[in-house]
Amino acid sequence: MTHDLTRWSAARMADALARREISAVELTQAHLDRIAAVDGAVHSYLHVDGEGALAQAQAVDDARGRDEDLHVMAGVPIAVKDVIATSGLPTTCGSRILAGWVPPYDATLVTKLKAAGMPILGKTNMDEFAMGSSTEHSAYGPSRNPWDLERIPGGSGGGSSSVLASFQAPLAIGTDTGGSIRQPAAVTGTVGTKPTYGGVSRYGLVALASSLDQAGPCARTVLDTALLHAVIGGYDPRDSTSIHAPVPEVVRAAQRADVTGMRIGVVKQLTGEGYQPGVQARFEESVQLLVDAGASVVEVDCPNFRFALAAYYLILPSEASSNLARFDAMRYGLRVLPDGVEDPSAEQVMAATREVGFGAEVKRRIILGTYALSSGYYDAYYGQAQKVRRLIADDFSRAFEVADVLVSPTAPTTAFKIGEKLDDPLAMYLNDVATIPANLAGIPGMSLPSGVADEDGLPTGFQILAPATQDQRLYAVGSALERELASRWGGHLLDRVPELATTGAEVTK
Amino acid sequence: MSEQTTDAAGSDEILGTDGVQGAVQVQAGGPDAVLTWDETVAAYDPVLGLEVHVELGTATKMFCGCPTEFGAEPNSQVCPVCLGLPGSLPVVNEKGVESAIRIGLALNCTIAPWCRFARKNYFYPDMPKNFQTSQYDEPIAFNGWLDVELEDGFVYRVEIERAHMEEDTGKSLHVGGATGRIHGADYSLVDYNRAGIPLIEIVTKPMTGLGERAPEVAKAYVATLRDLLRALGVSDVKMEQGSLRCDANVSLRPRKKKAEKQSEVPFGTRTETKNVNSLRSVERAVRYEMTRHAAVLAGAGSILQETRHWHEDTGVTTSGREKSDAEDYRYFPEPDLVPIAPTPETVEALRATLPEPPVQRRRRLQGEWGFSDLEMRDVVNAGAVEIIEATVAAGATPAGARKWWSGEIARRANLEGRELSDMGITPRAVAELDGLVQGGRLNDSMARQVLDGVLAGEGNPGAVADARGLALVSDERALGAAVDAVITANPDLVEKIEAGKVQAAGALIGQVMKAMAGQADAARVRELIMERVGG
Ligand SMILES: [Zn+2]
Repeated sequence: MTHDLTRWSAARMADALARREISAVELTQAHLDRIAAVDGAVHSYLHVDGEGALAQAQAVDDARGRDEDLHVMAGVPIAVKDVIATSGLPTTCGSRILAGWVPPYDATLVTKLKAAGMPILGKTNMDEFAMGSSTEHSAYGPSRNPWDLERIPGGSGGGSSSVLASFQAPLAIGTDTGGSIRQPAAVTGTVGTKPTYGGVSRYGLVALASSLDQAGPCARTVLDTALLHAVIGGYDPRDSTSIHAPVPEVVRAAQRADVTGMRIGVVKQLTGEGYQPGVQARFEESVQLLVDAGASVVEVDCPNFRFALAAYYLILPSEASSNLARFDAMRYGLRVLPDGVEDPSAEQVMAATREVGFGAEVKRRIILGTYALSSGYYDAYYGQAQKVRRLIADDFSRAFEVADVLVSPTAPTTAFKIGEKLDDPLAMYLNDVATIPANLAGIPGMSLPSGVADEDGLPTGFQILAPATQDQRLYAVGSALERELASRWGGHLLDRVPELATTGAEVTK
Repeated sequence: MSEQTTDAAGSDEILGTDGVQGAVQVQAGGPDAVLTWDETVAAYDPVLGLEVHVELGTATKMFCGCPTEFGAEPNSQVCPVCLGLPGSLPVVNEKGVESAIRIGLALNCTIAPWCRFARKNYFYPDMPKNFQTSQYDEPIAFNGWLDVELEDGFVYRVEIERAHMEEDTGKSLHVGGATGRIHGADYSLVDYNRAGIPLIEIVTKPMTGLGERAPEVAKAYVATLRDLLRALGVSDVKMEQGSLRCDANVSLRPRKKKAEKQSEVPFGTRTETKNVNSLRSVERAVRYEMTRHAAVLAGAGSILQETRHWHEDTGVTTSGREKSDAEDYRYFPEPDLVPIAPTPETVEALRATLPEPPVQRRRRLQGEWGFSDLEMRDVVNAGAVEIIEATVAAGATPAGARKWWSGEIARRANLEGRELSDMGITPRAVAELDGLVQGGRLNDSMARQVLDGVLAGEGNPGAVADARGLALVSDERALGAAVDAVITANPDLVEKIEAGKVQAAGALIGQVMKAMAGQADAARVRELIMERVGG
């Protein structure tokens, strides 16, 4: 019976907790048992905090016993991507250079999770410093896709997507700099939202590219995603770039799931050529379902999107090269002494540590960014990229004059095989071609499952984009589509995910 | 074993990203050759550029809520933000921005309606993020000027290039090794209390046409700036504690016989002398660098563009690090902070809070106080304008306040190497002392004894005078008797006075004062003598 709890939606868990049909400890323990059974195969977690999660669950149960007012999500457990600072829990960002670092402070969104009484099960795996689309760049080994353990769960947040698809947590926190919430959601049959830039505080999110990074909710249903969005969203005085406005009414939008009269814009540049046939087919069906539900469709033209990838791969490395400069062995994290140097200088220690502590992809981007910002190249690279960014934002503005939301496939393909693109960075980068424009423009985006591709039986993702601060539209459209698809399938897509072997699983660290 | 602190903010002992050490080498061999001052200014025309870093006196740091108090236990005033811990984010201190705008306005600058912070990227252990949050091509204030008045009344207008906001770095303590610098040290300690303290960097445009007055102008500029910043109340401007730091750029070019042709001569190669931390040192360092450059140029050598370190004790600079214009800090706009966009209303409201500029203020006070130019100059040089103003406000006569502050107290302050404000006597006490003299209770020598007592911590002037039994005899009968006795005993002197040699009265006054054990008002004694003799 306990095992079944992990298959519930977060909304159902919250409801059962509120009705005292289950206890938070029972629910948390069920997930810890599930983790012990399957994470040896999936490797979603870098660190599991059973003790901390159970203590939080017990505190919620005690408070409920005293009839205290509790948050609607109190007692619903959650997994947090390892790029988010958690006081007292290791935070490595998937990198060796932060091995053993335990932050002395909580990210603002973690403070909110704790205030809501949500037990934190552990920290999820990711590509090192969120650079990648597969988790293959994690210094601690890749996570696996529960649909096919030989395949990638997406990235960088492959830990937070696989943890949901393998029922090791009902909710997870992700971060999205160029698609790291949406692409993993797409390839695992889960849901994820990148909120409007500034909609969720970045305080405590270890920065990859400050102007692109956005933390957001990951879940198995659109409503669950909205429930988590409402917990973590909102203004934070510690983040100068956070939006000074109430969280959009995402839960209500998800509950109403009403697309009547909405104009759905299909982005010409993000469909068709380059997209796997099964991905394209599921996308077109989904658009038709929305029309059937009362929406209208227009095609929109965003000509500058073709420059998005190039601009992104100048802006991101530039900011990253500066953000990652602080990892120098002087104050925290890994410290490596250079070989054969009797009395090394501070600089030699910095160099030796960064040489050993960073993986190849991180070094590649630091070098790219350092070059792009160099005097004499700045205008041609970083400066031009900022102009492109402006043009892409303009494309969106024009598109949103004729459409309330824009849609596209989330990723061009279904999950590829581990190792398949490791030696071809450009092919890896192309995976994010549809998700990157939203980050460049700061607008919100969601990915939800649209089915499985006929050719490989693997999940496909449907992306919805909305104007800045109109995150609720994602939930209205996503929830309506989810309802239509569920009625066609007669259930949830994840009902079809293969059962994982639970015997002989090694207990995680 | 040597311990010495160095600064990386504004210092260039940085570690390059190219794997080449930013080595600091104190040049081997003896001191550099210099020309004499007269030879230097006869052959060369100096161009100066001064960069002043001011630590703002805000209660909290520039991007976090940590306190800024000086001298706290190392690393006790830090948090995730100013330690640059992963995930932390800066938030701008609005008070810091206000101070920057007020400084810009006081320097007659244009205030940018929109500007951003920028990251200055370089690696150094006392920089928690390995970039300094600063401003680059969008300073908050630019294109201003400050009038500087020299001792003889000559006014030089220093043009201000820009004033921008940035954060201070931590402080390194290099232990061991001969030089106190990072290379050769046994180990280094870093205190991050200073990291993130708001700084304003004020940069002048090239200052030309100074000739032999260059060192003097440099000093006067820093002094005037210091007074202005103090009057603005934005900083405690203590050079000895590093809250005001000056870097001096110096270059020489051949001097043209016709002054009007001078501007056609291109600037020479400049050196930047770092961390010149007293007014006197500003003058000395500029003078030294000019004579050193002159010697190199006169010997047909060429000046190396480099950072120089000023040595207060020996009065020379030594080579720091070669510096090229291509120093690549990879500046880019700080994405974690939103742009600063003060409204015109905000700027005007801040303009209304500006104090009177120091030069104008001095002119006004000189008029009000009735001081001669010479007297006012002494007051200014003694750094006593504010304190005299406060003393007058406490009831002293301007002349009395001046006499004490730029006289006896200034003399003692000089002797002890202390500031007037640190002498242990308040404007109120000096006003009280002046009142005792003006009221006829004390004469000058008594007042000095009272001052001794006050400085020794014996209490207020009145209390000291009471305790020491200092008071003029106000008994006219006793005084008259003493005068009569002295006149009777000195018929020769009386005769001289009656013959018109009035100065002979001095000897009589002296004898009366002696008879009264000094406790008489000399002026009254003179009056009594002249009543009896001069008639
Ligand atoms: Zn701090």
